[in-house]
Amino acid sequence: MIDHIPFVWYLTLSAVLFGLGVAGFIYRKSVITVFMSIELMLNAVNLSFVTFSYQNKNIDGHIYSFFVMVVAAAEAAVGLAIILTIFKNRGTLQIDEVDSMKL
Amino acid sequence: MDSILFIIAAIASIGCGLNLVLQKHPISSALSLIGVMSSVALLYLLLGAEFIAMAQMIVYGGAVMVLFIFVIMLLNAGTEKRSDKSLFAQIAGFPLLAVLVVLISFLIRETFATTASDVKFGSWVGGTAEAIGTRLFTKFLLPFEVISVLILIAILGAVVLARKEID
Amino acid sequence: MNLWLIPLCPLLGFLLNGLLGKRLPKSVINIIAIGSVAASFGFVLFLLSQIYPIDKTVSKQYFTWIQSGWLKIGFDLAVDRLTAVMLLVVAGVGLLIHLYSVGYMAHEEGYGRFFAFLNLFMFFMLLLVLASNLLLVFVGWEGVGLCSYLLVGFYFKEKYACDAANKAFIVNRIGDFGFSLGIFLLVVHFRTLEFSAMEAAVKDMPVETSFGWLGLITLLLFVGACGKSAQLPLYVWLPDAMAGPTPVSALIHAATMVTAGVYMVARVSFLYDHAPIAMHVVALVGLATAVFAATIGLAQNDIKKVFAYSTVSQLGYMFLGVGLGAYSAGIFHLMTHAFFKALLFLGAGSVIHGLNGEQDLRHMGGLRKAMPVTFITLGIASLAISGVPGFSGFFSKDAILAAAYESTPWMFWTAAATAGLTAFYVFRAYFLTFFGKYRGHHHPHESPFVMTFPLMVLALLSLGGGFLSVPNWLAPMFPIADHESLQPMIISAAFGIGGILLATLMYVASPSLSDSVKSAAGPIYTLLLNKYYVDELYSATIVKPLNALSRTVLWRGVDEAFIDSGLVNGLGKGLQAIGSVLRRWQSGSTRNYATWILAGSLLLIFVLGLATGGAR
Repeated sequence: MIDHIPFVWYLTLSAVLFGLGVAGFIYRKSVITVFMSIELMLNAVNLSFVTFSYQNKNIDGHIYSFFVMVVAAAEAAVGLAIILTIFKNRGTLQIDEVDSMKL
Repeated sequence: MDSILFIIAAIASIGCGLNLVLQKHPISSALSLIGVMSSVALLYLLLGAEFIAMAQMIVYGGAVMVLFIFVIMLLNAGTEKRSDKSLFAQIAGFPLLAVLVVLISFLIRETFATTASDVKFGSWVGGTAEAIGTRLFTKFLLPFEVISVLILIAILGAVVLARKEID
Repeated sequence: MNLWLIPLCPLLGFLLNGLLGKRLPKSVINIIAIGSVAASFGFVLFLLSQIYPIDKTVSKQYFTWIQSGWLKIGFDLAVDRLTAVMLLVVAGVGLLIHLYSVGYMAHEEGYGRFFAFLNLFMFFMLLLVLASNLLLVFVGWEGVGLCSYLLVGFYFKEKYACDAANKAFIVNRIGDFGFSLGIFLLVVHFRTLEFSAMEAAVKDMPVETSFGWLGLITLLLFVGACGKSAQLPLYVWLPDAMAGPTPVSALIHAATMVTAGVYMVARVSFLYDHAPIAMHVVALVGLATAVFAATIGLAQNDIKKVFAYSTVSQLGYMFLGVGLGAYSAGIFHLMTHAFFKALLFLGAGSVIHGLNGEQDLRHMGGLRKAMPVTFITLGIASLAISGVPGFSGFFSKDAILAAAYESTPWMFWTAAATAGLTAFYVFRAYFLTFFGKYRGHHHPHESPFVMTFPLMVLALLSLGGGFLSVPNWLAPMFPIADHESLQPMIISAAFGIGGILLATLMYVASPSLSDSVKSAAGPIYTLLLNKYYVDELYSATIVKPLNALSRTVLWRGVDEAFIDSGLVNGLGKGLQAIGSVLRRWQSGSTRNYATWILAGSLLLIFVLGLATGGAR
């Protein structure tokens, strides 16, 4: 077996995970699942940050990743509160039915 | 050894990711997401980012996902129904997506073709909590403080948005 | 010497009477109007006494009006011998006519408005005469055209007056178009419009033997003169302009405005001297107009129309004079014509005023007992215009005829015969008015002193004006040739007296003779009575097709269909269509938005990463 993984594979993995996140965003119809796909995308980006940090032997990448995590947590809190409000007002959790901002 | 771990973690993360996309019920997707987070934490460990791996598990797996599951249970979100709106997304989504992934991979290939090196577990031990703490409180002090305010605002926002009206 | 005071006084009179006229009593209006013109005349006399004899031009630059690249046109006034003659004529005759109008317009509404416009006219005419560059002349030219419109259409509640005013202005504009083109070409060739500068520049140019630039320029300027001075083919407005009050006809359409064309030709005589072909055209047109208008005047029944056609004919004489190179003869005739034509019109106005508005010759007659002063003064004027020796018209007409005799004999004979026609129709009108039995229903009475006084002054001038030898005065500017023989004088006097005798025969001695001649002439008479159907011709060939073109093509086709529906509405509809297509993008569907974001970011990645080699 190969001894060590080329670091390009980490980046490719990150890209694939990101793509999966985008797919979830586009194809899932429940708001909560869409939100979870966003979390998936953020995770993929964090992975690439840490990989680059390893590559350059610089800890700044970890700090960026840390900040992304914090912001993601805050965003999750507020976003879920918004989802609760949507559910209260519209009674539905399907994105396609929350489309009143149109011309 | 680390290559095997990598492969396991990679397959696990991709598999859980696919599961997240393909499952019908949100709770299954949430559990798959937990799986993704765990495998990514393992990958962090392989890359020598021990603090980040711990933070990932605690923050994401322990707080964010729990929050998600709380909300799913609270709202009693059911299986998704079929929808025939958003035709453009349904039709053009997959091709664009494929192009995106291929394009990024290609770019990564091109950019790092010469500078590629291997990841060896243990070849860099600089991701300690001490190092992160030092860096956080010296070079990144201002963003740190700002982030604290951000969290405060997020708390306030969430409380305001989600409370019950007191009649 | 403040030259600007001369045109300023009437301008002030215009402003005061125009703005406050409705609220002022008649006496105050009179004082302002007549006072301003009198002040102007006073300034003219004072000025001339200061600079007499005017050996060199007195000019004053006031301010720069146009400064654009190499073109510099200033508000400059100048006085030389020619200007002096014109100033005296314009201001003097103008003053007399203002005085006359006090009596004539006494019972008309719009009294203040009348005098305001009359003063405005004086301002523009004085400006025209005093200007020392052609553009300022054009300002005065247009201004007098405007005042002519305002005054001809004075009785604006009558449709025929408004139509006449429109006709006057529009036909004048046609002439002004030619004038403007002439000015443009002058600017291009001489880079200046100052008379003195142009004269100096032209001295070195050869006399054109074939049609060249100067010929074109002078012809275009002459087109303007045709419009303003009512020559063929642009004379049609002058007879219709008799719709205005009679003092207006006297001042504007006899003495001053219509002479602006002759003055202009004399002013740029240095250009005409170098373009003999154009001069020949001027002379021919002048002669043709003289004959044409005289024949029409034979058959007219309205007293003012007879005198209108007479004006056109006499203007033709003036152009004949300047066209033959006898500029001073033309100006001389301009001056004497101002005297006797103004007198003729004012006298006719006196008759009309005495008959309470009657203008038809067939309803007049035997008025010599009832209106003695008018009878005598009109007689003097008629003798003057017929060229009876001793009166002013004789000297001036003879000067022109002598020039014709020297250069082109056939023109002389034609002009002399026309002089006979002139005498005939003027005396026809005179006899029909004052002799025979009264054929009307009114009570004729003599006019008040304020009207008869100007008549008497003008009669004196018509009598003695011929002895003010204008050609001698203008000799430094326009050298006069010596006339050898007395033949032209005798022949022209003979034609004139013959015309008078014929008119006496037909209208005094045996009136039935005129009726038999009329019926014998038959179709010719009808042709003359209907003015050769020229107005109908113009209407059918120019006016009606233009109207039809405007209505169908330009209005319906271009304006309604193309601009309104096509461009304006079409633009709106097009934008609406685009909008309704683009609107669908905002579908409200988040997933679609996300897909579009994905597409956009793909494009960005492609451009930044691959296409421009940014990744390297």
